[in-house]
Amino acid sequence: MGKRVLLIEDEPSIIEAIRFILSRDGWAVDTHADGATAMTALARRTPDLVILDVMLPGRSGFDILSDLRADPVHGALPVLMLTARGQTRDREQALALGASRFMTKPFSNAEVRDAVNALFAEAGGDAARQA
Amino acid sequence: MLSFNLLLAVCLCYVVLLFAIAFWAEKRAEGGRLGWLRSPLVYTLSLSIYCTAWTFYGAVGYAARSGLEFATIYLGPTLIMVGWWGILRKMVRIGRTQRITSIADLISSRYGKSTLLGVLVTLLAVLGTTPYIALQLQSVTLSFAVFATDSHVATPEHWQSPDLEATALWVAAGLAIFTIVFGTRNIDVNERHHGVVTAIAVEAVVKLLALLAVGAFVVWSVADGPGDIYRYIDASPISDWQVAPGRWIGLTFLSAAAFLCLPRMFHVLVVENADERHLATASWAFPLYLFAMSLFVVPIAVVGLATMPEGSNPDLFVLTLPLSFDREVLAMFAFLGGFSSATSMVIVAAIALATMVSNHIVMPIWLATRTDGASMSGDVRNVLLLSRRLSIIGVLGLGYTYFRVSGGGTALAAIGLISFVGVAQVLPALLGGIFWRGATRVGAALGVGVGFAIWLYALLLPSFGPDAAMPAALLQDGPWGVGWLRPQALLGTGAMDPVIHALFWSILLNTLAFCAGSLLTFPTPLERLQGADFVHVFRHPAGARGWSPGMAEAEDLLIMAQRILGPSEAQALFQAEASAQGKQGYLPDTTSDFLDRLERELAGSVGAATAHAMLGQITGGAAVSVEELMRVADETAQIMEYSAQLEAKSAELSRTARQLREANEKLTALSIQKDAFLSQISHELRTPMTSIRSFSEILRDGGVEEPEARSRYAGIIHDEALRLTRLLDDLLDLSVLENGQVTLNEQDVMLSQVIDRAVTATGSRADGLRIRRNPADEQVPLRTDPDRLAQVFINLIANARKYCDAAEPELGIAVRRGGVAVSVDFVDNGAGIPRDAQAVIFEKFSRLGDTSAAGGAGLGLAICREIMVRLGGGISYLPGQGGAAFRVTLPLANVRAA
Repeated sequence: MGKRVLLIEDEPSIIEAIRFILSRDGWAVDTHADGATAMTALARRTPDLVILDVMLPGRSGFDILSDLRADPVHGALPVLMLTARGQTRDREQALALGASRFMTKPFSNAEVRDAVNALFAEAGGDAARQA
Repeated sequence: MLSFNLLLAVCLCYVVLLFAIAFWAEKRAEGGRLGWLRSPLVYTLSLSIYCTAWTFYGAVGYAARSGLEFATIYLGPTLIMVGWWGILRKMVRIGRTQRITSIADLISSRYGKSTLLGVLVTLLAVLGTTPYIALQLQSVTLSFAVFATDSHVATPEHWQSPDLEATALWVAAGLAIFTIVFGTRNIDVNERHHGVVTAIAVEAVVKLLALLAVGAFVVWSVADGPGDIYRYIDASPISDWQVAPGRWIGLTFLSAAAFLCLPRMFHVLVVENADERHLATASWAFPLYLFAMSLFVVPIAVVGLATMPEGSNPDLFVLTLPLSFDREVLAMFAFLGGFSSATSMVIVAAIALATMVSNHIVMPIWLATRTDGASMSGDVRNVLLLSRRLSIIGVLGLGYTYFRVSGGGTALAAIGLISFVGVAQVLPALLGGIFWRGATRVGAALGVGVGFAIWLYALLLPSFGPDAAMPAALLQDGPWGVGWLRPQALLGTGAMDPVIHALFWSILLNTLAFCAGSLLTFPTPLERLQGADFVHVFRHPAGARGWSPGMAEAEDLLIMAQRILGPSEAQALFQAEASAQGKQGYLPDTTSDFLDRLERELAGSVGAATAHAMLGQITGGAAVSVEELMRVADETAQIMEYSAQLEAKSAELSRTARQLREANEKLTALSIQKDAFLSQISHELRTPMTSIRSFSEILRDGGVEEPEARSRYAGIIHDEALRLTRLLDDLLDLSVLENGQVTLNEQDVMLSQVIDRAVTATGSRADGLRIRRNPADEQVPLRTDPDRLAQVFINLIANARKYCDAAEPELGIAVRRGGVAVSVDFVDNGAGIPRDAQAVIFEKFSRLGDTSAAGGAGLGLAICREIMVRLGGGISYLPGQGGAAFRVTLPLANVRAA
């Protein structure tokens, strides 16, 4: 079973870019434009990693992160946060809420790929999944 | 026959004698050698001004018309003097302690020094006294007429010759001069006029002796002694008179009320009173005087009715009886008696009224019109004297005018009674004021006002006769034909005698209004204080606030005085007092004089009430009473006012602080807005850049084999670059518009052309949005910037195309010319904008729905709004139109005159 990432992002071209970058490393990418459908998808099938945008229609990325961390089953999932607002306050808030990494748009493709792989490795990688 | 000239000469001599007596008394008073002039007998005699020419001549006429009823006029004062002189004592005590100058002053002072009440009572007194003065002039003139004509009948036709009218004028002028000379020589604190009092005492003796002489003549010379008089009485119509109890009680009450309330009686009773103990003598001596005055009234009346020719005026029997028996000297004496009665009353009434008019009407007006205030006391004194003198002339002039206008047709007694009812209106406020602490200013003003109005309506105005001052129809049928409002038959009480009727209703309603007003209102602190002083006037011993000697240690007093006056001044004061007492050092004996003086000095610094309270505490003799505490409270009120000003200042400070806080909050809000705006811009810029960077890296790294994918990625890069450009354009545009730096390119253009341009630019036809227009309505010539207006329209059409979710999207553009504006409505057939979103759509970066569909940064409507503001119009969302609906308005000022 392949590695799976849950991408919550509302910009179609960014979704397409991230999907392209990660798929070359063997990631399957589920995308959702808002928090509600993403959480449903999460409950149905647990991903290895979550990539979360801050500015989303409806509930913000911070809200979704809080919910996720409060979830007893998925609370420990690694989460990579992306934001286009680029303010230090956002970074602090994200880390305080429990984001594993925080990355400002625009990012380089290598950065995203490295971050995702590193997070996956930290969480135990394939070994953890198979155990 | 006595010649008219001789009469004038005697009269002048008598007047000169009066002047001389008055002058002599003034001199003695100035020299402080009053002696027997201060005796209670002089006081009692001065009270005799109650007996005017009305009593002298009119009582006989009254007896001839109505029998013994005339006695009621004497009965009232007698009852007061004998049975109720305590009330007089209280009035005198109040008058002294409060330095009262007139009845108006008493009422005004009692009710919190109310100016309104002073004016009201003064007006009432002037109105009530003017006919009375006229009456005196009339009686003097009538008596002259008796001598001037051969006939002893003395009817009005005989005396209306020019020289007699001149006589009345001369009498009035002479009285004015006498009154001014002796009534306004000085303005004493106690307002006593020894010259005037002595002169009227002499006149009192003259009129009593004259009446007694005529009486004796009638009884023992015309008739054959008292027994014969009974025969006369039995033969005269007087014996047939029935006593009407209602009228008797009413008239007795009336004369008693008038005795207390008449301004001139108040003046001699209270103001001219030198010693309270004189009242004790007067309480038996004055009724005796009245008894003597009335002793021969009935004999003269019955003998006159029997011996004088038919149609003789009974008011003049006192004169005409001796004349008809050729007793000319006696007649002359009688004439002087009548003259004395008239003049003494007029003099005192003029003084009393002049005091009231100048103190309660002239001075308040003078003080109010002066801007610099009454700074110099000498100045005020002169003004006061002048205003008194002018008031005396005014009062006498008014009396003379009334005499000339009324023509003297009414019987003497009738005028007198009308006046009595008028002044009696003060009675409830007076008695309430000195016996009832709960009486208030509002109650007093209501009572006096109501009584005054009823007196005017029910008695004074109808007294001039039908159609003179009141239409006959009103007298007959009442106002607007309402019978129970008829002036002389209120509530259907027409059976009563007019005087008693008016007295009953005016006093009843007056008292009711007074009580109701007093019970329903709350007295001011000053009223409360004055009320306590008036009602409890006897609680303090005479010289109420005197200090007993030796009550305090001089050292304590010095310490206190130093604190208030400052050390040097206080020490100087104490040292001067000590050396005046023949002592060394700073500590004089604490005599009562010294304590009084000290209190005055302290009062100059801290106010009278506080000074009294402080001294009272040190001497320990006087516990601080409630009244004094209230005085202190009054002074405290000033301090409180000062602190209120401080409070106002502090309120201002806190207002400023609040404004600062608000400004700060506003700035904070602005700063938050700015942060949000920057966040938004950052987001809007970084999002397309993210795509551009990402896909350009993908292409650069060369990992994409398929040409379609490569061109697709290049397409994304291109689109996102365009999006960035659009965003930057919008931001710049908005920035320029918001800063007002935009230059409008105004042109004359048809509204239809602008809409055409917008529709073409959006290329709507191509992608299925149907646009409905009504070209006829669009022919509105405008002077505006067509590019900017088109930009707004383009934005609205583009929005409809982007967001309208109907199956067959349709946009209606409707133009309406209103009164002041032309409006262009853009209404589509989609779902519209939810209510909560309507409020924010014109804000920057408020973008609804999916970003991908919209493709803009959410600045469009914000730009539209800015543009419309620049163009002098506006843009707003129109709720309730089915789909999304926007209204663009342009003021018609922009519409070119066609």
